[in-house]
This record gives sequence, structure tokens and C-alpha cells, in this order.
Amino acid sequence: MNVDDIRKDFPILGQTIRGKPLVFLDSAASAQKPRAVIDAMRNAMETQYANVHRGLHWMSERTTEAYEACRDAAAALMNAESREEIVFTGNSTGALNLVAHSYGRGVLKPGQAVVISGMEHHSNIVPWQMARDAHGIELRVAPITDSGELDMTAFEALLQDGKVGLVSMTHMSNVLGTYTPAARIAALAHQYGAKVLFDGSQAIVHRAIDVRALDADFYCWTGHKLYGPTGIGVLYAKREMLEQMPPFLGGGDMISSVSYEKSTWARVPHKFEAGTPAILEGIGLKAAIDYVQAIGFEAMAAHEASLTEHAMARLSQIEGIRIFGQAQDRGGVISFALDKAHSHDVATLLDRQGIAVRAGHHCAEPLMRRLGVDSTARASFGVYTTHAEIDALADTLTRVREFFA
Amino acid sequence: MSFADEVRELYQEVILDRGRKPRHGQRLAAFDATAKGDNPMCGDRVQVWVKFDSGDTISETGFEARGCAISIASADLMADAIQGRGKADTKALFDSFVAMVRTGVCPEHDTVLEQLAPLSGVHEYPSRVKCATLPWHALNAALEGTREASSE
Repeated sequence: MNVDDIRKDFPILGQTIRGKPLVFLDSAASAQKPRAVIDAMRNAMETQYANVHRGLHWMSERTTEAYEACRDAAAALMNAESREEIVFTGNSTGALNLVAHSYGRGVLKPGQAVVISGMEHHSNIVPWQMARDAHGIELRVAPITDSGELDMTAFEALLQDGKVGLVSMTHMSNVLGTYTPAARIAALAHQYGAKVLFDGSQAIVHRAIDVRALDADFYCWTGHKLYGPTGIGVLYAKREMLEQMPPFLGGGDMISSVSYEKSTWARVPHKFEAGTPAILEGIGLKAAIDYVQAIGFEAMAAHEASLTEHAMARLSQIEGIRIFGQAQDRGGVISFALDKAHSHDVATLLDRQGIAVRAGHHCAEPLMRRLGVDSTARASFGVYTTHAEIDALADTLTRVREFFA
Repeated sequence: MSFADEVRELYQEVILDRGRKPRHGQRLAAFDATAKGDNPMCGDRVQVWVKFDSGDTISETGFEARGCAISIASADLMADAIQGRGKADTKALFDSFVAMVRTGVCPEHDTVLEQLAPLSGVHEYPSRVKCATLPWHALNAALEGTREASSE
């Protein structure tokens, strides 16, 4: 793949910030959008739009086809067995809340446990605390090692009493860049009778995800990190899981029939999709999936690996820098801190040079405590990130460090 | 413009200096009011202690902060600026300060606000305005007798 050509697909990358060319190193928070996504959504609004799943008119039927094509694309992207295993949500947070509510409270029994890891985003912590408090589920945390990897021995020890009903874990840390060994985690969970969910919000951007090869029971991600629009997320679940789960939100579109005495539910996946869905976002996400499939995950993964290697080499040369996470299998999300400057000051000084990074706790406060910091700065890469942008980051960080020394 | 010139638009020497070596960066052994402030979005935390002399005139201010250079420098400059002021006067200054860091405009001939003017550069960085105002919110909470404040 040719990065210069890819950059031409993203109109926003030509912007200047405070007089400097934009160096966008915050894709892990939300990625930029290619022209194909922008056009797909605009074209739908200009030429072909109505509500879906209900109209008997031409516009509704065409819009339903365009929207439902996203379900096929998402199923193919993840190698799901069928399109009925794809549930659309608002984002990963929506997917995790759906599972915590519907599977956590609806299928798991009080006294059963859910295992998360010590490097989760708040979205994979808080819904389980809510399920714990409402339904008497135990919440267990598998610790991470000093290198920022899942402690597999400690993880297995948490499974051994057979009480664990579900393991819910990130597939790639949004702070440390660590990829978790998903296939091994799933095999261990299944060995002890637990189901397994992966939060693939970060991982799906960089690697081909095969839910059947991983033997994942659930896998969720969000559209806006995969170069698609905000407002749409994807929950994959094995059909047998969806069949046994009660609905989450009630309303239109998720029912088979309604009377005042009783309602019956639509078939999966629609049982979990109450209300008018994110129609335009689905159409946009379909375009985003087509876009990344055309580039190919092999090429994108190689690009990410090359950027990560370059960034680790350049950043580690900076005096007084601490890079968080030294996992063997890590990707293009790099958190760091400078000894003489607070991460917010670092982010502001980088911003003055047009370089966008995130600073803060990254919605992972327990992990921040584990690392012994209040906040970090984080650079993250996308398909359009160049080696020269990483050089700009490293050069500017050196000057920032000198300025605060 | 050079890197250093661009940086100094926001990080003037006084901010760097006060951020590094605050003059008032300790808790007071004896105090009349205190409150904590925190910014949950970024994790910055500050606690302010205030001592009054006879009546409601502020005689001494101390603080402890975990945060960026902007928030620490702002707390330290605040402690200077409110010295010798009454409660009502201090609250009026709080309002003027917040207006200044939001707009970047420092009223002319206001010598107290001019001391705080180095912080006015944050108006170009909306997410950093809260860093500058956090210690003031904590101070305001202390004066009002509420124990906690948030810059959210």
C-alpha cells in the first residue's frame, strides 16, 4: 500500500492547525474519514433515504437494502457464520452494556463471576459493576505484568473454581497498545466453562479478525475508529448466545407482536435493535469496511508494525521519557510521559505545532493507578500515518523536554 | 516564529517559573477555610487553604496540587492576587479572572488582573481554560463553605 495515495483519500489531512500541517496522531480516540465514507452518506441523503424495515415504498426498500448491506459486510469482515450474528449498537460501549445487561443479568446467575483484565477501558468495567450491583454477579480482575501483558497464570487461577460465566477482555489495550492472546484466552475460558467476549475497538483497526478462528462468543467494536462514522457499533455474538439472551432495549423494530398483555420478540438480531437504527451511519460504515478491505489487512498490519517499530525506536531515544507497555505483541498505540513536563502541557505544546495527541487517563483510571501515574500522553496511528509524522512527534518532544528542563 | 516564541505565547516565563517552584505550594498549619477542586476529565487535583485576619480579609493562602504547569502557576498567582482582599472582592476577582481566561482580554488599568494576565493565553486552548480556573473554583468553594469544587 502507498501511504501517499491513501492520504489523498482523507480530505481532512490537508488541514493546517495554527499555521502548521495537521499531524493527526489520535486515531485511537477516533479515526478520520475517507472520501468514500463521506460520499456514501451524502449520496444517501441526497438521493436515497427513508426509514428502514417498514416502508412498502421504493425509497424505504432501497434504503433498507443499503443499510442491511452493512450487516453482510460486518459479518464478512469478522468471518461470522451468518449475518444474523451481527447486532448493531451505538458504539462499543453500547455493545458492552447490551451484553452486561442481557447476558449478565439475563443469563448469568447471581454468584457467577465475570473476569475482566487490569487494562480495560471504563466501558468494560462500569457495565459489569452495574450488573454486579443489580444482579449479584462477582467481578474479578486478571492482573497485568509490569511489561503490560495479561498475567496468564493469574488469569487461569481466577477461572479454576468454575464460577466464572464470562471473560470480558480487551483485544488491544487503548493505553498500552498490547494485543491480548485472544485465541489462548478463549481456549482457557472455554476449558473452565466460561464464555468469552473481546472488546476489539482498537484491534479491528489493525488486524484481520476471525471470530470463528478465535472461537469468540462475543466480539464488539465501533465504527468511528475503523474510519467510519460515529453512532454505530457492532456486536458479534454466536447465534446460540443471542437466542438465549433476553432483549435489552424495548420498542419498535424489536418486536414480533405487541398487545397490552404481552409482546413477543423479533428474531435475532432484530430482537436487540429497538427503534430506528443509525441508517446513514450503517451506510457509511459499509463504505468504511469496503475501504479497508480494499487496502487489505495484511498491508495495514504491516504498516502499523513498521510505524510502531519506528516510533518505539525514535521515542525511546528522548531523554527523560517513559513509555508505558513493553509487550511482545504490541501495536500502534503508544502512551508516554516526560519527566519534566505534565502530559497536558506536552499535548498543548505538541498541538501548537499541529500535532494532535491525546493526554489524560484515557478512560482507564484503574490502569493509570497500576502504572503509578495520573495521566499519560498517547500517540496512536492510522492507515494514513507516515514515518515522517512520527519523526515530527519525536523531534518536537525533544524540544518540549528541553523547554521544560 | 521560532518554537520557543510559539511556546511562550502560552507558557510565559512566569508560568514556567511558578509551575516549577510555586511560592505558596504548601498547606497552611493554621487556616480558616479549605476546599478541594478536581477536574475529572483530566485528573488534576488541588486543595486550597485560606487564612483570614480580623474580619474577612485574606491574610495567607496555601495550596497543594497535582496537575500541569498551568494549573499550578494559576494557583500560585492566585495566592498572590487575593492577598489582603475581602471575600466579596475576591469573588469579584474570580469572575473577572474567568472572563479573562475565556476571552483572552485583560481589562486595562486593572493592576491585579494584569498580574494574572500571563494566563490569558489559555483562551486559545479551550480544554486548558479549566486548568487555569480549577484553583479559583476550589478557592470559591472554600469561601462559600462548600468543601469541594469541580471545574467541569
